[in-house]
Amino acid sequence: MLALTLILIPLIGSLLLLLLKGSNIGTSKNVAIVTSLATFVIAIYAFATFNAQSPIEVKYSWMKDLNINFHLSIDGISLLMVTLTAFLVPLIILSTYKHSYKNHASFYALILFAETALMGVFMARDIFLFYFFFEAALIPVYFIAAIWGGKDAPRITFKMFVYTIFGSLFMLVALVYLYIKGATADIQQLYTTAKMISPTNQGLLFWAFFIAFAIKMPVLPFHTWQPDAYSESPTPATMLLSGLLSKMGVYGLIRIMLPLAPIGVANWGLIGMILSVAGLIYGSIIAIQQNNIKRLIAYSSFAHMGLMAAGVLSGTLNGIQGALLQMVAHGINAVGLFFIVKIIYDRTNTRDLSALGGITQKTPALSIYFMIIMLGSVALPLTNGFVGEFLLLKSVYDKNAWIGAIAGLTIILGAVYMLRLMQRSMFGESNEVTAKFKDVSGSEIAVLFPIAAMVLLMGFFPNIFLKITEPAVNSILQMIK
Amino acid sequence: MYPILVLSVTGLVTLFLGFLKTKKILLPASLLFVAVAFLSNLIDWNKPGLYFYDMLEASNLSILFTSIILLSAFLIIALSKGFIDDEHAQPAEYFAILQFSLVGAIMMTNFQNLIMLFIGVEILSVSMYILTGSDKRNIRGNEAALKYFLMGAFATGIMLFGIAMLYGANYTFNISDARTLLLQPITDVRPVFLYVGVTFLLIGLLFKVSAAPFHFWTPDVYEGAPTIFTTFMSTIVKTAGFAAIYRILEVSFSPMYNFWWVMIIVMAILSLLISNITAVAQSSFKRMLAFSSISHAGYMLLAIVGLGNKTGSSIVFYSLAYSLATISAFGVLIIASQEKLVDGRPDENISVLNGLAKKNPFLAAVLTVSMLSLAGIPLTAGFWGKFYVFADAASRGHIWLLVVAILMSAVGIYYYFKPIIAAYMKEGEGENIQLSSLYKIILGLTTLGSIILGLFPDLVRELL
Repeated sequence: MLALTLILIPLIGSLLLLLLKGSNIGTSKNVAIVTSLATFVIAIYAFATFNAQSPIEVKYSWMKDLNINFHLSIDGISLLMVTLTAFLVPLIILSTYKHSYKNHASFYALILFAETALMGVFMARDIFLFYFFFEAALIPVYFIAAIWGGKDAPRITFKMFVYTIFGSLFMLVALVYLYIKGATADIQQLYTTAKMISPTNQGLLFWAFFIAFAIKMPVLPFHTWQPDAYSESPTPATMLLSGLLSKMGVYGLIRIMLPLAPIGVANWGLIGMILSVAGLIYGSIIAIQQNNIKRLIAYSSFAHMGLMAAGVLSGTLNGIQGALLQMVAHGINAVGLFFIVKIIYDRTNTRDLSALGGITQKTPALSIYFMIIMLGSVALPLTNGFVGEFLLLKSVYDKNAWIGAIAGLTIILGAVYMLRLMQRSMFGESNEVTAKFKDVSGSEIAVLFPIAAMVLLMGFFPNIFLKITEPAVNSILQMIK
Repeated sequence: MYPILVLSVTGLVTLFLGFLKTKKILLPASLLFVAVAFLSNLIDWNKPGLYFYDMLEASNLSILFTSIILLSAFLIIALSKGFIDDEHAQPAEYFAILQFSLVGAIMMTNFQNLIMLFIGVEILSVSMYILTGSDKRNIRGNEAALKYFLMGAFATGIMLFGIAMLYGANYTFNISDARTLLLQPITDVRPVFLYVGVTFLLIGLLFKVSAAPFHFWTPDVYEGAPTIFTTFMSTIVKTAGFAAIYRILEVSFSPMYNFWWVMIIVMAILSLLISNITAVAQSSFKRMLAFSSISHAGYMLLAIVGLGNKTGSSIVFYSLAYSLATISAFGVLIIASQEKLVDGRPDENISVLNGLAKKNPFLAAVLTVSMLSLAGIPLTAGFWGKFYVFADAASRGHIWLLVVAILMSAVGIYYYFKPIIAAYMKEGEGENIQLSSLYKIILGLTTLGSIILGLFPDLVRELL
């Protein structure tokens, strides 16, 4: 029941918004925030009462003759992702409070609909249900990005849409193949089927899954849609994309690819890892040279996703645990950073790093929040980025010392581009663009404070999260052996 | 069997209704007649049996196909506005011909005898030739009708030739008896005409469903015909055609699977490749939908390739999903294009949809759902339609065929999104569009149907 409510509440909110279409913008905002907060409360309840021995299960027959079920379950990994989604969506909605979007009812309905689908992805235990939600999550975000985006948005978001659907279609072939082989669509039962598949076919399965998820994250060389899409989309869509949708890719690697193509991962994982790390370095170097602050964060996102993919592909407890922790950390930090970019843009009307500077003098609060989130993103010890990144680097290093050493450069490169961003935008002399910069207030603080608090909380007590996911990760690793 | 009787009678009645002074009664009367036929169709549910001296067979599958045909016909007739726009038109005759053509379509879903198949195909085709050219003063319409007639007559001829050869090989027109014969072990090789006959029969039927390489008539005919009849052609003719192909292959020639599967696979691949790649370059919405119709024939052939005990319900589901989405799409086109005339004809370019979201958000939503469904995106019926046919093909081990189909689905997304982008992200000119309540109800139903079947596909799937 609990699992079902997590899907139904945002769905009902979304439909309610569509019914209230004629009403004013305040009502739309309130309905959206109340619904997403209600979902958050349920998620927190699930988090607090979680017991790894008795996971929450819901199972209804969906297609009887094909034995496909509406099967949801919450284990540690799902719980973490569900809580992250439930935490970020209210913040994303809150971040739009100072802005009035045209067709507001549809706008908020689409955000809540995306939340519904994301919840579904993270809880689904039937491969076709997973695929169903996986695709469904993209549709609302595509429309938000394309309709409320910049001048070039239709073209760029369309590229994103075609690119990602193209990738997921490969996954669909792989899933249909597994389904025919195993005569079941239940992920847990397919884990045993997967072992019977020949290494050659597992190699094909690996690539089908890897391409699908690598496009979603994205990983080099499938990233070409990402920087444009992140920078042209309206900020809420960018937050959804970077904070949550990209996490579906990593989640898919952990839940679907690792256990369903274990020999494929063993044979080809190294190439995937090299691609991921190459993307990490490539993204970082471009981020260092970026002057557009939104693109800079887009590239930093790309770099972070590369490290997570590499960690998962190592197939070790450290790697997966690190990726899970880092997913939460990066989701939170990305939403925070994109929000700060939006705040800066709203006030100065520019995203050009060279035009900014000296904002700190007027804005003690914003500076502190920015600093905390930035440090989390740089992975300073005692912030949320540190533990995850450390575990990820260790797992990559254990797998292959050379790749590990190169991936380690991320610590330096990450610090360079983030500190450069902070320094050029916030410090230095103020100019006419930034002279009248107002400090954050009201709803902006309501977004930034929880994010900054989480950066520190997760930095101090990473074990809260690691403990929850460990049994689930171990059970997946059991399957690989 | 009742719908055949009902529609034959009501078709005649409709002709006589044309003598009345007021033409307004024709639309509601025709809707009523089709609705009665639909209900009478359900009488035979769970009562399978042979009718008319073993000429026709009622089974749950054929009843489902008939229901889809009659449902589509009801929706399409409701969108026709009674053809009263044109003062020279003879609406009674259009309505009568539509009802007669349905008789042919229904015969194609439940024939037990090849002669019945031929009569059904002919009734349906001849009606369609007339309706294609019903816009008498339009030169494109005339060209389309002539083209359709010449090519169609040729294809029917080939089909009849095939039926004659099959009779020579099997000494029977009855499709179940033919199967019994095929299952008997023989020492000798089977006669060559058997193979030629099967091939010719399939060519004739595949022409009707516009599968490549027999698709050349489709774009021109779809574009030239009045949109309402294009809708009719692309939904009802296709459903009936696939019902017939499935029936003849399943009942009669499933023992010869090893002979015909290569042919079907080649046609499926050709249909998918040609249509999807050509559709990308189309600027006319109607032509794009014509190529989309060819591509859907290709997808449905995948189910035929995977012939097994679930194929029937896969084709039923696919036909229904496709029909609902196509009716929505053409419905939107009819409304959006009627105001803008280019050379005396409605403007049917994709650009006519520009700014639709501002002019009428409801129509834009209908268009979006129908395009998503045709593209096979989850949450819509089209996704499960594709899923079922893919699963069928995969169950026979044709994974590589799936890869082709999947790549072509990705191409499909590219062109199906053009109208959506036009509707939401381009600025349009012209005033807001007002909708009559009948249009609202019909388009609302097709859209809702697409979504409900996208969430609960078992509603239809469980019927079989």
